[in-house]
Amino acid sequence: MKSPGELTMVKPFRLTFWKVVFFFLMAAGLYATFIRFTKGLGASTNLSDQFPWGIWISFDVLCGVMLAAGGFTLTAAVHIFNIKRMHSIIRPTILTAFLGYALVCMALMYDLGKPYNIWHPLIMRNPHSVMFEVAYCVMLYTTVLALEFSPIVLERFGLERPLKVVKTILIPLVITGVILSTLHQSSLGTLYLIVPEKLHPFWYSPLLPVFFFLSAIAVGLAMTIFESSLSSRHFGLQLELPVLQELGRALVVVLGIYAILRFEDLVHRGVLRLTVQPGYEMYLFWLEISLAIILPLALLLQSRVRSSPTGLYWSAVLVVLGFITNRMNVSITGFEGSTGVRYFPKWSELAVTGMIIAAGFALFGLAVKYLPIFPREHVMEEPQTEPELVPVVSPLPENAGD
Amino acid sequence: MSKALLYDSTVCIGCKQCEQACAEQNKLPYDDAVAAQDFQSERKLTVVLTREDKFMRRLCMNCQEPSCASVCPVGALQKTALGPVTYDPSKCMGCRYCMVACPFSVPKYEWGKVIPKVQKCTMCPDRVSQGKPTACAEICPTGATKFGERDDLIAEARQRIRDNPGKYVNHIYGLEEVGGTSVLLLSAVPFETFGYRTNLSKDPLPMLTYRVLSRIPDFVPLGGMMLGGIWWITHRREEVARAEGKQSEGDNKNGRKS
Repeated sequence: MKSPGELTMVKPFRLTFWKVVFFFLMAAGLYATFIRFTKGLGASTNLSDQFPWGIWISFDVLCGVMLAAGGFTLTAAVHIFNIKRMHSIIRPTILTAFLGYALVCMALMYDLGKPYNIWHPLIMRNPHSVMFEVAYCVMLYTTVLALEFSPIVLERFGLERPLKVVKTILIPLVITGVILSTLHQSSLGTLYLIVPEKLHPFWYSPLLPVFFFLSAIAVGLAMTIFESSLSSRHFGLQLELPVLQELGRALVVVLGIYAILRFEDLVHRGVLRLTVQPGYEMYLFWLEISLAIILPLALLLQSRVRSSPTGLYWSAVLVVLGFITNRMNVSITGFEGSTGVRYFPKWSELAVTGMIIAAGFALFGLAVKYLPIFPREHVMEEPQTEPELVPVVSPLPENAGD
Repeated sequence: MSKALLYDSTVCIGCKQCEQACAEQNKLPYDDAVAAQDFQSERKLTVVLTREDKFMRRLCMNCQEPSCASVCPVGALQKTALGPVTYDPSKCMGCRYCMVACPFSVPKYEWGKVIPKVQKCTMCPDRVSQGKPTACAEICPTGATKFGERDDLIAEARQRIRDNPGKYVNHIYGLEEVGGTSVLLLSAVPFETFGYRTNLSKDPLPMLTYRVLSRIPDFVPLGGMMLGGIWWITHRREEVARAEGKQSEGDNKNGRKS
C-alpha cells in the first residue's frame, strides 16, 4: 500500500487531468442532450428507418444490463449458496449493479421517442411482448436493487428500525432479484428471436435467451473481478485475492459451458462453414469469439494466471470486452447485411454514452466517499483522504482505455 | 369476416392515384417531390414501384398475426377483427421495437420531430369499419387494387392465375407468408424484383417469442422454490455444524473473513 506522503504528491496531478476529461465528457454530453431534446432523434443520432436501434440500445441498454449482472450473480452466491468468503465484496458489487440499472433507465429516456410515456407499460399491458416483460423486470429489479442497496445508506445514517425491516426481507428480496434477473437477462436475447430473416445466422439462434443469460453470468463474474481490482488500486484497499481466484474458477466453468453450447449450436444450424468464409461478419464474429472465449479460456486454464491478480484482471477485461462485442454484433453487425445499411453512431450518440459512463464512475466514487461501501478496516488511508483528495473521478483512467 | 386488399400488378398502370388518395386520407402532404420518392417513408405510406414496364405497390401488409402488434409493449398497435392493423400514437412510447420486428420493414418513424410517432398504412380502419373500401382501392381506376373479403379475394386470385397460364408468377404473395396477410399480391415477375422477401416462414413470427415468454408463469414459482430450497439447505448445513459444536474446525474456515 502507498504511504500517505506519496498520495498527496501524486494525486493532485492525476485528479486534475481526469477532472478535465470528466468535465469535457459532461459538457459534450449535456450539449448532445440539448440537441436530442430540442431537435429530436433525427438530428442527434444516425438512426434511420432501416436502422431504428443504435448504440443507445446496443451499448447503453444491452451492455449496461449485462455489465450490471454481477449484482444478481454475487447476491445469489452469498445469500442463497451461502459462500461467505465472498461477503466482503458484495457491497461494491451491489453498488455497481444499482448504478448500472439506474443509468440504463437514464439512457432509455434518451432513446425512447416519447420518454414521458415510459410508465405506460404499467397500465397498458401486452403479455405477448418481450419488451413488455423486459420493461417490467427492469423496473422491478431496479426497485429490488435499491432495497438491497438501502442497508448501506440506512447504516450510514444509523436508522436502525428500517434497517431491521430490510434485513428481515433480505432473502425473499434476493430470490426475487435472481428470478427477475434470469428473466430479463435472457429476455434481452429473446427480443431478437422474432427476426429470423433479418439477423445474420452467426447470431440468430433459438438459443439466444440461453446465450444472453450465460454470458450475463460470465460478465457478472468478470466485472466483479475487474471492479474489485480497480477499487483495490484506487481506494488503497486490500485485494481480496482468494475471492477473485474463486470467481476466476467459476468464470472458467461458465465460459466453458457457453463455448460448447455456442459451437454446438453453430454446427446444428449448419453455419459452421460460414465461419471460414472471409467477410465483414466473419471478422467481427471471430473478434468476438477470440475476446470472449478463446483468449480468456487460454489464460484462465493456466493456474499461474488464475492465481495472479494481473492475470485475473486482464482475463476479466477480455471477457467484458468480448461480450460487449457480442452484444454489438447481435444488435448492430448482424443487421447490417439484411438492411443493406452500415450504421455508425453520430458524435452526439457517443457523447451521451460517454457522459453516462462518466456519471457512473463519478457516482461510484461519491458513494465510496460518503457511504460504508468497503469494510472499514480495509480502507487504508481513510483519514488522509478526507480533504478533497478523495478520488471522486479518478476511477476514470481505467475506463477510458477500455 | 376479415377484409383484405388484392393488388394485381398486371392490371396496374402506375398512375399513382392510390399514393395521392392515401396521403389525403392520412392527412399527409403530397406533391411532385413526394410522388417521385420511390420508397415508403413517414410521409409516404404506400408507393408504386416501377421496374421497366412493370409496377408493384408496397404498403403495410396488415398481417393476420402481426409481429408489430405482438412486440408492442403498450399495445399501441392492434390487429382488428376486420383486418386493419391500427396504431394509437397516444399509447406509443417510441421504443421502435415494431420497426425492428416487422418482417417487411414497414413501420417508419418521424425522426425529424421532437415528439415523433410511428407511421404506417393502417388499411383505413375508419372507412373499413363503415363498410367502405380503403382510399387506395376506391380511387384505383383499373381495379388493380381491389377491396373485399379475404376468402373471396384468395379465390379470385387463384382463379386469375388458373385462367391465365404463364401470365403470373404462380404465387399469391401474402397468402401464407408469416401466417398470411391482409394484403394479397399478384405479379408477372418474381416478387424479389421489388424487394419482397420470399424466404419468409409460413408460421406466424410472434410464436417464436411467445414460445419462450409463455414459460415464465411456470418458471417463476419453480425458480423461487428451487432458490428457496438451496438457501434452506446451505443454511441448515451451517446450523447443524454449529450445533455439533467445535468438533469440525474445518467448517469454521468457511466463516466470514473479517
